Amino acid sequence: MVANVAHVHPFTTIRRERLLPVPGRVLVRKGQQISATDVVAEASLSPQYILLDIPKALGISSKNADKYLQCKVGMQVVAGDILAGPVGFTKRVLRAPKDGKVILASGGQIFLETASVPFELKAGLPGLVMELVDDRGVIIETSGSLVQGVWGNGLIDFGLLSVVASDAKEVLAPHKLTVSMKGAVVLGGLCDDIETLNAAASLPLRGLILASITPDLIPEAKRALFPILVIDGVGSIPMNSVAFKLLASNDKREVNINAEAWNRLSGDRPEVVIPLPASENMPNPKQSVDYAVGQQVKVVRAPYTGKIGKLINIRQGMTTFQSGVSGIAGEVQLEDGDRTLLPLVNLEVLE
Amino acid sequence: MPSSQVDADSLLTIDVGGINTRVALFDVVDGKYRFLASGTAPSTANAPYNDIGEGIRRALDRLQHITGWNLVGSDEQLIIPRRVDGAGVDAVAATISAGPPMHVIVTGLLDDVSLESARTLAQTTYARIEETFGLNDKRKLESRIDAIMRIRPDLIVISGGTDGGASQAVRRLIEVIGLGCYLMPEKQRPEILYAGNQAMVDEVKSALESYCTVNVAPNIRPNLEVEQLEAAYPQLATIFRRVQSKRLGGLYELETASHGNLLSSADGIGRIIRYLSKVYGSKKGVLGVDIGASATVIAGARDGKIRTGVFPFLSLGERSLELLEYCSIKEIMRWIPFEISEKTISEYIYTKHFYPGSIPVLQQDLFIEQALAREALRIAFQLIAPGMRKGLSVDGNYGALSFEPIVASGSVLTRAPKLSQTVLMLLDALQPQGITTLVLDQHQILPSLGVAAAINPLMAVQVLESNTFLNLGCVVSPVGNARTGTVILKVKITYENGNEVMRDIQAGALEILPIQAGQSANLLLRPLHGYDVGMGGSGRGGRLKVVGGEFGVIIDARGRPLRFGSDPSKLWQRNQQWLKALER
Repeated sequence: MVANVAHVHPFTTIRRERLLPVPGRVLVRKGQQISATDVVAEASLSPQYILLDIPKALGISSKNADKYLQCKVGMQVVAGDILAGPVGFTKRVLRAPKDGKVILASGGQIFLETASVPFELKAGLPGLVMELVDDRGVIIETSGSLVQGVWGNGLIDFGLLSVVASDAKEVLAPHKLTVSMKGAVVLGGLCDDIETLNAAASLPLRGLILASITPDLIPEAKRALFPILVIDGVGSIPMNSVAFKLLASNDKREVNINAEAWNRLSGDRPEVVIPLPASENMPNPKQSVDYAVGQQVKVVRAPYTGKIGKLINIRQGMTTFQSGVSGIAGEVQLEDGDRTLLPLVNLEVLE
Repeated sequence: MPSSQVDADSLLTIDVGGINTRVALFDVVDGKYRFLASGTAPSTANAPYNDIGEGIRRALDRLQHITGWNLVGSDEQLIIPRRVDGAGVDAVAATISAGPPMHVIVTGLLDDVSLESARTLAQTTYARIEETFGLNDKRKLESRIDAIMRIRPDLIVISGGTDGGASQAVRRLIEVIGLGCYLMPEKQRPEILYAGNQAMVDEVKSALESYCTVNVAPNIRPNLEVEQLEAAYPQLATIFRRVQSKRLGGLYELETASHGNLLSSADGIGRIIRYLSKVYGSKKGVLGVDIGASATVIAGARDGKIRTGVFPFLSLGERSLELLEYCSIKEIMRWIPFEISEKTISEYIYTKHFYPGSIPVLQQDLFIEQALAREALRIAFQLIAPGMRKGLSVDGNYGALSFEPIVASGSVLTRAPKLSQTVLMLLDALQPQGITTLVLDQHQILPSLGVAAAINPLMAVQVLESNTFLNLGCVVSPVGNARTGTVILKVKITYENGNEVMRDIQAGALEILPIQAGQSANLLLRPLHGYDVGMGGSGRGGRLKVVGGEFGVIIDARGRPLRFGSDPSKLWQRNQQWLKALER
């Protein structure tokens, strides 16, 4: 059975395709070393348009309007450039109201695409540009530790990791965020207090990695100006021990947070990358696996949300659970030694 | 029917859903078509596979394992037609609901005429209406172009102008759309569905065809009084397939394997519900509901007329968070039979959003899931009810909409541990009035049967008549006003052996009448206090011949609409009582 997979890996090769949603300009070259916040491509996602009426502007008839055109399709113009005219004794002209590009110029009308702030596609992780995808983006490769989460507020940044949580279930209290953490990426535990987010914003942090966050704080987390990445879920869920150990062991190292939303179609997930020097025989994480005995798994929903265990048996046929719902079950030996039967679909294989 | 009359073609159906892919096998058994078995596997439309073929292959493996029927050849292709050694199938029919909904801009002239029809048309498929442009739109042309560029729609529906009517306004609409399409990157230009003034077809084509694929359908509002959405269904179905083919790997191969017998799951449901409405010829009409991971689908049909609503924002999959834009947590809470916090429900919805394929292990989670299903179905029905009343020419107000039977599908209903939970979900969400029958599509083959009906109508009929669908029971829901506890209905049950049982039904009650599954009985219904039991008006009763379903006959006298007090503890206690009332 096809398994849910999350990558939590201490040392692996990470290859990511970073593409613009619309064609644009690729700004880096193949073989270039880049950082997570470098802009690799840009595009005008929501261009603004202005329609200019030549007869109205110049006080002439529509029939003669095109005779006075001073611009051509495709021409870049700056605010104040003459687009049509001059006409008459006063040498009346039509000027570009803003910087932009002429899209249409005929029938007495000029359609101007005004220069808007382009959408900038950040690399999301540091590494080497392996390939360029025409007009769309790049493929980046790096080596290091990788921890994937479930939720992010859409931002990307990097900084030195400051481990604040002393254990995986610790609540991140506002007073634990001190001025020494300014510009750092903080590894916290659970977040259930808006004051914690306010304290993080006031420093400000370069990033915040949390085990979980309560649902009422999600809107505030979305408004934060630094990346917030949640590893295990919404609620009061301790961080899974594998992710916690891996992240906590990298205190004071540079970590990269890509807190982009989880996109199931593309497979992009919010993730933390900790760059490490490449070496030979570095494993590539498997993208797709089937559930199999011996796998390390994380329980993704109650009971045992966030717990790590080992899949020790896959039951044949259907098993009925406490709720009365049936499904294919796996026997999981949890870290504390307990064994439990859970639906396979409630398990995520850690690769 | 004797076996000689059956053209014994076996059929394989494939339904690719947002979470699971289901394949089902149908063949002739004892001279009649029967559903034989089904196989399920997780859908693989998303990364890392990005190809629905893998999920189909695995579901087929499962089906082959269950039946021992060899369906896939050594070349990994489906064996079509069936070989002399018995391997393979004669035909394949497929439905799909996986993948993101289409982003749609609807355009028309008058808000409550063509624009409303265009909106309703777009809602008959897996679509999200992102923007509407109408005659009363006071925005500048530039703003509307900006909107097109920002949304980057998959489809623009253009309606407006009665046949031979307005053309200048349509022309202005086309100008905006044409400019917008011209400015979009070539590969991202939308499909155009033109279903307006037919006198403008050539003009529309010449204005837009150089940039976009223009699909022309008959005018969905040929005049102010007539709305004919069905005329545009085939074009919309084609567009849906084309748009999804660009996003979902393996869809083209599925279409090829099914020889074009590929529809959206909602279309499949719509077809079979329309077909049933013709077969039953009931004045009430037939209702089909499906609560899935991709959308909640509601299809109502009467005398062969169909009205379908597809609501991707009311689903139990990764878009379950969107449900909160249409209802509050408190509205979800009112269906739960124990004390629970708003926070717990919020957390549950997020978990469902992150892991849509996961299933509830704890009873608490199960009841939250079922509460979400109630709200999704309730809101979907409320949204489509006005259009259904108009489109199916049902008289009376919204409350007067009644259907028989109501056919229900969807994992949350079919996988409920107890059928009493399934029945209560349906009664709570749909709140039927008068007399109806609840039928459960226990193998979730409703969409597939819709496509199958086009290939082999006899098969569809015979499978529907078989016990593949579970008759949950006849439901009588008296409507009126009386204090809780007042006797509002007297029922006399006369069994086939002549025995009689009398029951007094009190306002607020939910009861099962003692009739066994399959047992025939005559009911004499005598409503009191002006209650309406659906037998011709307020206070009117009469005789009703019934065949008991799994729940015999259910009397739902809880009132319409259901009322909720402000005391949460009373609510959850009441929910427990209702669940208990349906336990057998």
